[in-house]
Amino acid sequence: MGQYHGNAAAVRDLVRETKVHRDVYVDQEIFDLEMEHLFANTWIYVGHDSQVPSPGDYFGTSIGKQPVLLVRHTDGEVYVLYNRCPHKGTRITIDTCGNAGKFFRCPYHAWSFKTDGSLLAIPLRKGYEHTGLEESEAYKGIPRVRHVKNYRGFVFAKMSDVGPDFDDYFGESLSSIDNMVDRSPAGRLEVAGAPLRHTFNCNWKMLVENLTDTCHPMVAHESSAGTAVEVWKKMFPGANKKPPAVEIFAPFMSSYEAFEKMGIRVWRNGHGHTGVHHSIHSDYSSVPGYFEKMVAAYGEARAKAILDESRHNTSYFPNFTIKGPIQAIRLFKPIAPNRTLAESWTFRLVEAPEQLLERTITYSRLINAPTSVVAHDDLEMYERAQEGLLVDANPWVNIQRLYDPAEMEQETAVVNGTSEWQMRNQFRAWSKFMTMSL
Amino acid sequence: MTAPTDQELIGFVLHEARLIDQHRFEEWLDLFADDGFYWMPLEWGQTDPRLATSLMYEDKLLLRIRVERLKSNRTFSQKPKSRCHHVLQVPQIDKRDEAANEYVTWTPMHYVETRLDEQDLYAAWATHTLTTVDGTLKIKLKRVDLVNCDAALRSIQLFL
Repeated sequence: MGQYHGNAAAVRDLVRETKVHRDVYVDQEIFDLEMEHLFANTWIYVGHDSQVPSPGDYFGTSIGKQPVLLVRHTDGEVYVLYNRCPHKGTRITIDTCGNAGKFFRCPYHAWSFKTDGSLLAIPLRKGYEHTGLEESEAYKGIPRVRHVKNYRGFVFAKMSDVGPDFDDYFGESLSSIDNMVDRSPAGRLEVAGAPLRHTFNCNWKMLVENLTDTCHPMVAHESSAGTAVEVWKKMFPGANKKPPAVEIFAPFMSSYEAFEKMGIRVWRNGHGHTGVHHSIHSDYSSVPGYFEKMVAAYGEARAKAILDESRHNTSYFPNFTIKGPIQAIRLFKPIAPNRTLAESWTFRLVEAPEQLLERTITYSRLINAPTSVVAHDDLEMYERAQEGLLVDANPWVNIQRLYDPAEMEQETAVVNGTSEWQMRNQFRAWSKFMTMSL
Repeated sequence: MTAPTDQELIGFVLHEARLIDQHRFEEWLDLFADDGFYWMPLEWGQTDPRLATSLMYEDKLLLRIRVERLKSNRTFSQKPKSRCHHVLQVPQIDKRDEAANEYVTWTPMHYVETRLDEQDLYAAWATHTLTTVDGTLKIKLKRVDLVNCDAALRSIQLFL
């Protein structure tokens, strides 16, 4: 047991008003405490209900480091089960998704369970007569994550009884999910295909912070986005209309001034988003027929209001981020202090023209794939930071940009788009949810 | 030009891999037809590059962007530069359609990419759809199916 276990004061001390201690990124004990407390006390995105449309459908993922299953039960409800047999601990399923039929059957000793986790049958049951099995953990079936909320198709779960309820936890930040879903004329999203999966040798929080870091694109991505614009101009001199790929790359090279004007909004509990007034997704060309469908579904004023909202990245604390205007989400799964799996999922807007799905897919491929040049730029910076943080001479990471002491009293705000308030907001939430059960 | 011989098709595929391994990317780009594509699917047996996500689906503009980026002084993920190495089986001719001017080869391969102290090994099948343009063989489509296409991958910065 090290210096942080059971020591809330020491954990709190890692997060100062304008800086954080490197142990939040590199320390194994802090990482273990994150898994035990932070990922238990907060609402974690599990999956989308379109991944389990029919009774018996399941989707395997993880919360923190713990394997879980998103399941559609026979009553139509979606449950989140811990993916272990209550008998010997065997993972019930290994494949990512499938259909269990009417029940799960453990492949080791054939104990079977209803799709809500409850115990259905045990072979050779008489061997347990008079043994008190009814009093055991095993008898209770596959343990279920107690707190689950399906919000417009997005399923979140909270493992511990500590921490706020769903509405209190997310509050107004749900408006970003609303906007993404409202962009479907039917008000529904569907997961489109498999996720891109990219492994980073860095702490998971670096990826989260980067998504509201608006002072890096024109620097770190000059090599990719900058080159894209140059090559396009050279290959197609005088062309006005950018091809879709260049339309996606080019805004990464927006000026500091442009990013300042885009604005950042912060919410309670570590949530926030970039692109309040305008964003790098604002100027994509329109898709024929889409607006008409939106007007038919919502009326003109409401359709315009939905489409004019062009939020860039919304960060849902702790590790879930969404891009409403292009219907893509990213989930940063912690594996070790210095190892993270980034999953990028794309969505289809139900009843919208397929060109919107094509744009989403093009975006994810160009920006978030393990083969993406933009991802290569970012990964290089995170991994260099993970190594640089081993320097003892300065153990602090600075998050001071546009800091104002008055913000300590303020929960919600809209500020200059290059502010690091959202990073500070995340770390204040980190401190709160890490220590509330410590 | 008369139709390419099997040996010419095989030689083309081997030469293509050599150009990548030797970082002769300008010559490599010239192997693609103007409307050629490089495709690396994300899903096993994927059939649609447009409405299903891929690892790469790149026309000549995007490939040219990659090649230019590799040269740039501010491409920090290529300081130092990655190196790569192909080991190919002898390409097999899957299709010869002289009337349509289309030839398809299938080539199992191992590919190593390395940078600093990290070295990654990938196994894949390359499917080349070739055609002749003004008497020269060109790539209409190079499809690379990674054996572990859907795994959690590290960065792949060069070309399989």
